[in-house]
Amino acid sequence: MADEKSQTSQASAPVKSGFSRRKLLRRGSLAGLAAMIFGGGSVVAKQATEEGGSSFSDTVGTLFQDHYQKMSKEEIAEAIARIERQAKRDYGADIKVGNEPPIPGVVFGYALNVSKCKGVRKCVEACMAENNQSRDPQIQYIRVLELDQGGMELGLSNHYFDSETVPAKGKWYLPVQCHQCENPPCTNACPVGATWKEPDGVIVVDYNWCIGCRFCMAACPYWARRFNWADPKLSAEEINTDTHYLSNRPRYRGVVEKCTYCLQRTRKGRLPACLEACPTGARVFGNLLDPNSDIRYVLENKTVFRLKSDLGTDPKFWYFSD
Amino acid sequence: MLAFIIDSIKEMLRGGPKYHAWLGGLTLIILIGVYFYGQQLAHGMIVTGMSDQVSWGAYIANFTYLVGVAAAAVMLVIPAYIFDRKDVKEVVLLGECVAIAACIMCMTFVTVDLGRPERIWHMLPLLGKFNFPISLLAWDVVVLTVYLLLNLGILVYIVYTKYSGHEPNKKAYYPWVLLSVVWAFSIHTVTAFLLVSNVSRPFWHTAILAPRFLASAFTSGPALIILGLQVISMITEFKVKESVLRVVGLIVTVSLQINLFFLGVELFTEFYHSTEHVESATYLFMGEHGYHGLVPWIWSAITMNLIALVIMSTYKLRANQTLFNVACALAIVGVWIEKGMGLIIPGFIPTPLGEILEYSPSWAEIWISIAVWCIGFLIFTLLAKVVLAVELGRIKAPGANPGAAKTVAQAD
Repeated sequence: MADEKSQTSQASAPVKSGFSRRKLLRRGSLAGLAAMIFGGGSVVAKQATEEGGSSFSDTVGTLFQDHYQKMSKEEIAEAIARIERQAKRDYGADIKVGNEPPIPGVVFGYALNVSKCKGVRKCVEACMAENNQSRDPQIQYIRVLELDQGGMELGLSNHYFDSETVPAKGKWYLPVQCHQCENPPCTNACPVGATWKEPDGVIVVDYNWCIGCRFCMAACPYWARRFNWADPKLSAEEINTDTHYLSNRPRYRGVVEKCTYCLQRTRKGRLPACLEACPTGARVFGNLLDPNSDIRYVLENKTVFRLKSDLGTDPKFWYFSD
Repeated sequence: MLAFIIDSIKEMLRGGPKYHAWLGGLTLIILIGVYFYGQQLAHGMIVTGMSDQVSWGAYIANFTYLVGVAAAAVMLVIPAYIFDRKDVKEVVLLGECVAIAACIMCMTFVTVDLGRPERIWHMLPLLGKFNFPISLLAWDVVVLTVYLLLNLGILVYIVYTKYSGHEPNKKAYYPWVLLSVVWAFSIHTVTAFLLVSNVSRPFWHTAILAPRFLASAFTSGPALIILGLQVISMITEFKVKESVLRVVGLIVTVSLQINLFFLGVELFTEFYHSTEHVESATYLFMGEHGYHGLVPWIWSAITMNLIALVIMSTYKLRANQTLFNVACALAIVGVWIEKGMGLIIPGFIPTPLGEILEYSPSWAEIWISIAVWCIGFLIFTLLAKVVLAVELGRIKAPGANPGAAKTVAQAD
C-alpha cells in the first residue's frame, strides 16, 4: 500500500484509464515570474489573441477582476469573454462559460446506497470527464474507500484498491465527495470570501478570487477540496466545453477546487455526471424542497446516515442501505 | 526626523569587515531563497513537499513558531516596564527588535505559502473582500499587523526621542506598552485558534492548544533572546548584565516546566482511553500502519526539552554559564520541532478520510524557509545596530544634549 501511494501523484487514486505521471514543466523561472506578475498561469508564454481582445489586456483584466458576487452583469460578461478566449489560447478549445443562477425553490441533496456500490470508480472517471480537472497532476473529486465488512473505521480504509477486481470478498465501498454542508467550515475559514454557499445549497469557489492559502482544505472534514499544485494540464479532446463560471470552467495553478454537484448540469435540470455513470444505480439526487423528489423518497423511506454528523456541519449528502 | 533616518541608514551600513561579511552572507542566502521562490512561482507549489493530504508544511510550521517568538518579546517588556527593572530596561528595545523581525518573518512565511500571492490585495477591506470576523486567518492578519505596528511605533518613538537628546515621555508611550503586552498574548492565542477551529482535525481541536502555544513560546522566545544578548555583548561594546540573563532564564525555566506539564495533560487525555481522535498522536509518537516519519523528530524534541528542563530546574547546573546556554539552545530547537514537525504536520496525518501520506519538505521549501529566517536576522541586525548606536550615544541629533541620551546605558 505504501509504494502504491507514493507513486501515484499528489491526490489521485488509480483509475482504469491511467493517465500519465506528473512531469514538471521545465520553464525558466523568469517567465514564471512574469506569469505571476500578470496572473493567469501559463498565459504569457503562449501565443497572443485569436479572436479579439489582446493577451496582455486579458491578463491585466484578469489581475484586477473583482469578486464574483461584487461584479455587475456587464463585468461578469467581460470576465466570461476573457475566460473563453484564455481557454482557446491555453487549450485550443472553444468552451462556453455559463452563468446560470440557482433555481428558486431548489436545494440540492444527494444520497448513496452503500449496499449497491461495488467500488468500480465509474463515478470518479465520469466526474473528471465532466469537470475538467487537471489530468497531470491528476485531480479527482470523489474518493472511494474500501472498508472491511462489519466496520466503518476510516483509518482502516483502503483508498488504493484495484477497481478491476471489485467487489472484493468481505469488503464494502464508501464513496466520499463534497457533502455541501449547510454549516460549512470551509467557507468560514476562507480569509477572502472566495468560497461560499449558493442559495441552492452548493459550495462554490471563485477561481479568480482564491489566494491559495489552503485554510479551507484544513477545515474540511470530508477531505473534499483539491489544490492545483501545478498548471492544470488537459488536452483539447479531453475538455468538456459546456462549463459554468462557478463550477467546471478551466482552473488556474495555485487555487482550490471542489465538487459542485455538477451545477453546470443540475441547474439546467440534468443529473450529476457521477450519478449517470454509476452502473449499479447506487446514487440518488434531487431537490430537497420538492416532496415528490427521489431524494425525499429515500430520506423518508430508508434508514439513512450521514458521515461525521457529530461535527455539526449538517451535510446534504446521505448514505443508506437496502 | 529626516536627519534621524539618514543617520540610522548610515549607521546600518557602518561597521567592520566582520559586520559586512555577516550582512553579505545573509544577503547571499536570501538570494538563494529568492531563486527557489522563483522556481515555486514558475512551476507552482508542486516544487514543495506538500500534497492535498498534507496541505500545509514547513512554511506554516515556521510561521507558527515565529508568532511565538514575536509574542515572547513581551517577557522583556513586562519586567522592564511593568516591574520597572532598570537592568531589563536596557535591553527591552532589543526585545522589540526581535518582535518586529519575527512579525515580518511570520508575514513572509504566510505569503510564500500562498498559491496566488499576486492576489493578496483581495484581503484589503473595501478594495477586496476581507472575511472578518468569521475567518480566523483574517483575525491573524489583523492581530499580527497591529502587533507589528505597536512594536514599531514604540521602538521608533523611544529611539527617536533619545536620539533627539530627550527622555521619552512615559505618559506618551506607556499606554501603548500596556496594549502591546495584551496584544502579545492575543497573537499567539489567535494563531492557536486558527488550528483549534478546525473540527475536522481532532489533533488540533483541543482547548489546551492555546495555553500550550503560550508556554512553548515563552520557553523558546526568551531562550533565543538570552543567546542573542550574549552574542551582542561579545561583539559590541554594549554589555548586557548578568542579572538580565538570570531573570530571563527564570522565565524560560518556568515556561519549560509548564509546557511539559501541558504536554503530559494532552497525552493522558489522548491515550488513556483511545478514541478515533488519538490517531494523529499515535502516528506522531509511535508510528501507525508502518509509517513513522515523525517519530524520531518528536522524541528528539521531547529529549531536548527534558534535558533543558533538568538543567534549568537545577540551580547548580543552571549557574554554569555553558550548561545554561546549552539548555537555552536545546529549548529553542526542541520547541521548534514540537511546533512544526510535532504539531502542524501530524494534524494532517491521517487525513479526515483516514489516509496516511507522509510529508517531508523539498529542498526548495527548505531553502526558502532558511532565507526567510535570514531576512529576519537581517532586519534584527539593522534595527539593533541603530538602537545600540543611540543607546551608546554614538549617533545623536545635531545639538542634542548628549548626557540625556546616555543615561540608560550608563545606569550601572
